[in-house]
Amino acid sequence: MEDKIARFEHAVLPHLDAAYNLARWLTRDVHDAEDLVQEACLRALKSFGGFRGVNARPWLLTIVRNTCYTWIQQNRSRELTTVFDEAIHSGELDECNAETLIIRGADVKQLTKALEELPVEYREAIVLRELEGLSYKEIADVADVPIGTVMSRLARARKRLQQGLTGPMRKEVLLGL
Amino acid sequence: MDCEETRDLLDGYADRELDLVSSLSVERHMQVCEDCLRAHQNLQALRSLMRDESLYFRPSAEVRKHITSALRAEVKIERHLPLASWRWLAAAASVAIVAIATLTFVQRPKGPSAEDLIAQEVISNHVRSLMEPHHPVDVPSSDQHTVKPWFNGKLDFSPPVANPADQGFPLVGGRLDYLGGRSVAALVYQRHQHYINVFIWPSNDAREMAEKTMRRQGYNLVHWQKSGMEHWAISDLNEAELRQFAEIIQNRL
Repeated sequence: MEDKIARFEHAVLPHLDAAYNLARWLTRDVHDAEDLVQEACLRALKSFGGFRGVNARPWLLTIVRNTCYTWIQQNRSRELTTVFDEAIHSGELDECNAETLIIRGADVKQLTKALEELPVEYREAIVLRELEGLSYKEIADVADVPIGTVMSRLARARKRLQQGLTGPMRKEVLLGL
Repeated sequence: MDCEETRDLLDGYADRELDLVSSLSVERHMQVCEDCLRAHQNLQALRSLMRDESLYFRPSAEVRKHITSALRAEVKIERHLPLASWRWLAAAASVAIVAIATLTFVQRPKGPSAEDLIAQEVISNHVRSLMEPHHPVDVPSSDQHTVKPWFNGKLDFSPPVANPADQGFPLVGGRLDYLGGRSVAALVYQRHQHYINVFIWPSNDAREMAEKTMRRQGYNLVHWQKSGMEHWAISDLNEAELRQFAEIIQNRL
């Protein structure tokens, strides 16, 4: 038993930051994230005997993700019904001349807000990719969807984030003119 | 490649998830199309903004401590639960006495041999590997020159890997597994719809052992020892074909 906890801590605790970060972005709440990470860790401990992989990070993140989704289903089920299948390119390709500069100069607060406003499935994909550096395959495993879905969720998430960052600024620029 | 196709690939390009040919096509297109180049720069601008440390939430030291102690408490509960009270102990003892008495009078079976125990683990690992949601392998590849080096640094031995695809047993890939108290190599082969797991680890002695077949829980198992390695092949494939597979593998290596 001592051995079990030592092995578990050795394999899993290095990924506690990643677990917390994911839970925090999925729930958007400090306290809920804390509770859910603890619950996920206890679940992970129970199923640790069945863990055979080399890398515990995607394994732990899968458990955290599922724990959070169960919680979202019970507490904020509306959030899970918001997956839109809008086209990535709505007819025309955007012209993006001034946007690069606007994005570069954007405020992190604005980006945080734009991230929090994303549908949970998109938020999950972008957080796993950009903040955790997971590959498409690993994200597909964690979220239990095909790789193609990961690709389109990421594309849509980024598109919305760019719009979120450039939208209001553009208006200001126009008004200024 | 036109603009629309390029835009579809920009995310994969930025994430380095495209194959070489598609990557080069995207690059070539961006050399001549300023709009797509800008779309790419926008994406990169967004990505670098996302690297801002303040977007990454970390648990406080207090939360970490809280979680660690919750885990330890959980393990303690698991350990102490059966001994929680004398009443439990008494109940357990009386069950044990009945069990011993029964065993003494009923014909007492011999304990399982070391080989039986390994066979049991081989079956469990085989079944578990097929329950994995996507693949029974960590390194999916039909190329033994990809699979063999993958084990470097993961095991303290280098397992022999063959790919008898031309004889109808293509290599599917490799995986790390745990068996008999140690890390072992698991190679996965396929015969039509049947998966074959081969578990390999260094033997305790240098003797060679010809293959030995057994049948358990509907699976066929073949065990042999060669070149200082233990080999266990298991599959739901019929015995004749599995033996044939074992012979092919032995002759190749």
